[in-house]
Formats: sequence, C-alpha cells, structure tokens
Amino acid sequence: MAAPSEEAGAVTSAPPAVSGGGRRPSLGVGLGIGLATIYLSLIVLIPLAAVVWRSSEGGWSGFWDAVTSPESAAALKLTIVASILVAIINLVMGTLIAWVLVRDSFPGKKVVEMLIDLPFALPTIVAGLVLLELYGANSPLHVNLAFSRAGVLVALLFVTLPFVVRTVQPVLLELDPQMEEAAASLGARRFTTFRRIILPSLLPAMLSGTALAFARSMSEFGSTVLISGNIPFHTEVAAVNIFGQIESDNTTGAAAVSTVLLVVALVALVLLSLVQRWGSRRG
Amino acid sequence: MARVSLRLVALAYLLFLLVLPVGLICFRTFEHGVGPAIDALTSPSALHAFQVTLEVAIPAVLANTVFGVGVAILLVRHRFLGRRVLDALVDLPVAVSPVVVGLALILVYGKFEPIGKWLDQRGIEIIFSIPGMVLATIFVALPLVVRAIAPVLEEIGIEQEQAAWTLGATSWQAFRRVTIPAIRWALAYGMVLSLARSLGEYGAVAVVSGNLVDQTQTLTLFVQERYQNFDQPAAYAASFALAVIAVCTLLLINLLRPKEGTR
Repeated sequence: MAAPSEEAGAVTSAPPAVSGGGRRPSLGVGLGIGLATIYLSLIVLIPLAAVVWRSSEGGWSGFWDAVTSPESAAALKLTIVASILVAIINLVMGTLIAWVLVRDSFPGKKVVEMLIDLPFALPTIVAGLVLLELYGANSPLHVNLAFSRAGVLVALLFVTLPFVVRTVQPVLLELDPQMEEAAASLGARRFTTFRRIILPSLLPAMLSGTALAFARSMSEFGSTVLISGNIPFHTEVAAVNIFGQIESDNTTGAAAVSTVLLVVALVALVLLSLVQRWGSRRG
Repeated sequence: MARVSLRLVALAYLLFLLVLPVGLICFRTFEHGVGPAIDALTSPSALHAFQVTLEVAIPAVLANTVFGVGVAILLVRHRFLGRRVLDALVDLPVAVSPVVVGLALILVYGKFEPIGKWLDQRGIEIIFSIPGMVLATIFVALPLVVRAIAPVLEEIGIEQEQAAWTLGATSWQAFRRVTIPAIRWALAYGMVLSLARSLGEYGAVAVVSGNLVDQTQTLTLFVQERYQNFDQPAAYAASFALAVIAVCTLLLINLLRPKEGTR
C-alpha cells in the first residue's frame, strides 16, 4: 500500500487506479469482521454465556430451585408486575406527551422537548436520589413513597419515560393531517377519528416504545436502589436480588435469576423486531 | 378545551416525575450557599471519584468509538455471512441489566474463574480494579456509536469514496479524508452519548468495582455511598455535578442532531 500522501495534488497526479477501483480489499473486511467478533466475544458473548453456563451447573432442578427460592421468586414477580404496569402507563402517557409535543404549541415547548431525554442522560443513581428527595421521608409534598412498591414504580416510570415518546413522535410528525380532515368532514367525531385514522398508524410505534420500556424496566437497577430500600419480599426487584446474591457469593443463584432476565430481554427484543417488521410492512 | 386539558395532563406528569425532583436536588445542593457545595465537591474522596470516573470513561469511549466506526462500516457497506447476527448482537447490551453485565464479567474475569485466575497469575487484575470497570462501561455503551453513524453512512452512499479511489487514493486516505468528514457530526453525537452513558454508569460498575472507597469509587458510586452514610451534602453536590453533565449532554446532542446527514 502506498504511503499516505498529504498533498491532494499528488493524489490527482496518480494514474487511475485499476486494482481495487470498486471495492475495499476483502482482506481488510475479513480482518475487520475478525476483530469485531473477538471484541464482542471478550466483552459481551463469553461473559453472557458464562452466566447461562453457571446457572445450569446444578442441572435443571438446581436452576429451578434457585429461581423459585422464595426471595428470588418474590423479586421476579414484583419486577414482572411492576414492568407490566410501567409498560401500560408509558403506552398511555408516552403517546399523550408525544401528541402534545407534535400537535400542540405553547410557550416553553422547546424546553419540554429537550427535557424528555433527561432520564436517558441522568445517571440512574441520581434519578433514584432526586425521586427520594421529592417522594421520600422529607418530602416537601408530604408524599412518602420511600421503601414502598409505589416508590419502585415511580423510579421505573422516570427511567422509561422517553421510550414511547421518542418512538411515537416521529411517526406522528409524518402523519398526514388531510386524512383526519377528511374523516372530520365526513362527520366523524374526534374520538372516532383518533380510533379509526390515527391509532392504526401509530400502533406499531406505540408498541415498539412500550416493548423497550418494558425491557428496560425489567432490567433496571440503579434508580430503584435508594428509593426501594431493597426490602426482601416487599420492594426488592430482580436486579437488586441478583446484586445481593453476588455480594453474598451465591453466584449460581445470581446467575439463575440473571438468566431469567436475559430470556425475558431476548423475548422482548424479538417481539420488538416483529412489531417493527409489521409496522414497516403496513407503512 | 380538549387540547388544553391534554396539555395540562402531559405537563403535570412531566412536572411531578421530572422537573420537580431534579429541581429539588439543585435547591438542596445550594440550600446553605455555594460554599458547602464546593467544599463537598473538592473533598479528597470526591476529587478521587472524579478522577476514577474519567479513567474509566475515557478509555471506554475511545474503544467504543473505534469499534463503532469499524462495525458501522462493516454493517452498512459490506455483505458477509453472519452480518445479521452481528447487527443483532450490537443491540444486545441495551437489553441486559447492568447487574447482569457485572455478574457476567465476574464469572469470566474474576480471580476464582479459569480466565481470571490465569490473568491474575500474570499480575493482571481485572475485577475490583479499573480494567474491569472499563470493560463493564464498554459493554453498556456498546451500541451507541454504531447506531449513531450507521444511518448517516447509509445515506451518504459510496460514490464519493469511489471517486477518491478512482483518483488513486488508498482505502485509508479515502476513509480519513472522505468518510470521516462526512460522518463527523453523527460521530460526535454518538461519542457524546457514549461519554454521558460512561460517566453515569452505576449498576455494572457497582458490581465489578467492589466499591472500594478512594480506590475504585466512581462519582455515581460516591453518590450512593455518601447518601447511605448520611453525608447528604456530598451526595447532593455530586448528584448536582452529574445532573449538570447530563444537561450539557442534552444541549450538545440537540446541537448535533439536526446536522445529521451533512452532505
């Protein structure tokens, strides 16, 4: 390979390349794929495989016992129920907020628009701390949700806020208002227009956002640590349960609960890609 | 009427979930004036936590940037066996709980595991020290750069690079003088996102660091440890610092986003 030339002129004076005129040398591509595979393997794949491997050390019964031990089972149940609630609330509120951001105009809308992403940018532990300040024992609003399941729910709602808003918003922006006008001119009431015209086009985006929020909520750790108080059988979510088991050196139990979370996450991802494919086919 | 009530519901939700809590922490930080907040942030432990945070975040961002550019080019420009698998794997870290990330790394690189033991005998300590924290941070921020630049790479196409090759440029020259300038805003966007994620990571780092005060304590771990040891002023001040970083990130990505697809 020629030495890199700093002069643009030197490049133009070179004869038109005959070799490699269309494609990058495939040697480089092969090398790139190899390096990417090694990188992903060392950091992501081998470690995740180790989790599944460790969880299966005691056979199926060992795995099942670890997952259904009273404390882990309670944590998993709380996590699943809370995540379903979070998904539903996000589906409604996220769509509503996206609607207001696209169709409404009011002073300060730009600021609100920017604030939506704050939960993604704010470290989760800080999210937990700020919520505990407002909804904790010293609450200026006199609402004390510390160490309660409601507190866990609020923390999960905080960190999942942007998902539905950010998936629905672009679709809503693209939506042609003429369809709605046509429906209205034919005598459809507002709700009918929404249900028959708008909702069908928004649904794939709404469901993708909801799936993302659900997956995030299932795996959430940092924001729930402070506000939940991590009380076993009451406010301990699955991720906190795993953390506790790691700290008490029960890595097999931790791996078993982790495997459940991994499977749920994978199912959510698969569903998500199915929804997206369905959406793009309809679009 | 319906419009106004929808607006009120949306804004009230955001007010109570987002604005009031974050606003309150700013108020708490400066409740007793600026002095105590500055004292809390310049204590030796806090300064050390800042330093550890940077020592972890910067290598992680650099690694993910190199990986991200490489993989985005592979995914967008080339068709090869396993391309779809690679594409799906890049998104996998998003779905994995931070605690599981930590556990996964411990089960491979911990001192009592085969690979970790082998490394330990050669004097390389991964878990409970900076390298493990860097690995954890790389894991959680892995997809950000790839997903930021892939759409732009797709949009700019390959014609300009082909032109450069026809003029005799080497692959490296074409990459450096054509591709990189074309994706620079998207790349900056992805790097800012990665940096924010890396500075703010808590769960994965909490597991692999062992949270050794003044050794492997990052800023987020500092917040939690101070708060649980009833040193609220320090926890508030560090949270405020992290919140400022988060807001700066938002401002930056808002500047960078509309410039996507610079042609």
